[in-house]
Amino acid sequence: MRLFGTLYTARDAAHKRLAACLAEGKPLPFDLRGQLLYYVGPAPASPGHAVGPAGPTTSGRMDSYTPALLDAGLLGMIGKGKRSPEVIAAMKRNGAVYFGAVGGAAALIARRIKSSEVIAYEDLGTEAIHRFTVADFPAIVLIDSLGNDLYEIGPAKYRTLSQE
Amino acid sequence: MRTIEADRIGGTVYDLILKASYEAGEDVLSALQAARDKESSTLGCSILDQILENDRIAASEHIAICQDTGVCVIFMDIGQDVHITGGDLNETLCSAVRKAYTDGYLRKSMVDDPLYDRLNTKDNTPPVVHTRIVPGEKIDITVIPKGFGSENASAVRMLAPAAGETGVIDFVTEAVQSKGANACPPLIIGIGIGGTMESAAIMAKRMTARPLNTWNADPRYQALEEKILQRVNALGIGPAGVGGNCTALKVNIETAPTHIAGMPVAVNICCHAARHARTVL
Repeated sequence: MRLFGTLYTARDAAHKRLAACLAEGKPLPFDLRGQLLYYVGPAPASPGHAVGPAGPTTSGRMDSYTPALLDAGLLGMIGKGKRSPEVIAAMKRNGAVYFGAVGGAAALIARRIKSSEVIAYEDLGTEAIHRFTVADFPAIVLIDSLGNDLYEIGPAKYRTLSQE
Repeated sequence: MRTIEADRIGGTVYDLILKASYEAGEDVLSALQAARDKESSTLGCSILDQILENDRIAASEHIAICQDTGVCVIFMDIGQDVHITGGDLNETLCSAVRKAYTDGYLRKSMVDDPLYDRLNTKDNTPPVVHTRIVPGEKIDITVIPKGFGSENASAVRMLAPAAGETGVIDFVTEAVQSKGANACPPLIIGIGIGGTMESAAIMAKRMTARPLNTWNADPRYQALEEKILQRVNALGIGPAGVGGNCTALKVNIETAPTHIAGMPVAVNICCHAARHARTVL
């Protein structure tokens, strides 16, 4: 798939703060309802670029925070790697989707990010929440809203080693 | 006795960090292209195409291949007839890392305290440095900016000698099966067998940087490198973990003598963005 529009970034440290806001009933720094979160900590932008290299980080580290964000209205996530049964259950409950971007394709992805601004937690540096505008952003549906998981379905087709 | 100025070492490390971060090695690019030619998954092929295009963009625009520009791991084989003058070597290496990560628009990913504070040091220092004293009057330097998506998929296990070759193969396969999909495959798998717990891990790290067109000199271990590669690729994990024939590009093994009671095995997983650069002063 190719994504166009707005993405919000968050990784480990920002998730910890977002989860604390939800737990304490405080307002979030942006309205996450209907939005996509991209798990990324970009490298600094060199002159002439909106953003530095910005490929996905491993999503599993966000698993313990994700169900609460989905229940609060988050539409989906973009990252890389497997998700926990709890996240998949929360996705099914809320009709959410988990997209993948290719890990390590950070220079290519950066070209598809047209603008970037920090909107919260600036003190976290690369881990701050950025708002990206993207065009032609390459993505794969890894887990859909019915819980179909490409990390299970894909390798099963190509596995030639018997299950141990 | 040969004298080498600390500043010269610092300048060299600075150059190696930038080169490694921007330019994928020819051996890695060839292996990725060969994997693309053999891959039977259509999605896997399009992922490998993205990776190859990414690496071309990074090299031509002098930007980082991956946003995770890693912990800066530095291997130095220092000739015993070298005298380093003009400064503290460790401070020199820190300065080189600080300057390269700032000038090169590389991400600063180091935190000061691992458990409680986790405050970013803001300049990617300190590096992790492994030195060996060797004969001669040269310094052989390899810089490995090591990303943590793949570092987190790595493992050490103290096997019993009776576990044998099967034990080694099963342990590596298990590590790749459980976390390989998260580690940005196709992978390069560095393995250290023997020594002690920590020396096995250091060998495994060094093996992530051995050129992909080289094999262990002992034919038995060369065969083991091939056996493990075939076994791992039979898992079907594929490029980016979404299914395919190519889960790993290469398995590199280094061994060392060990104790009668044990067989330490370390697996250091490296992503397809296998960044390293070497020079000899």
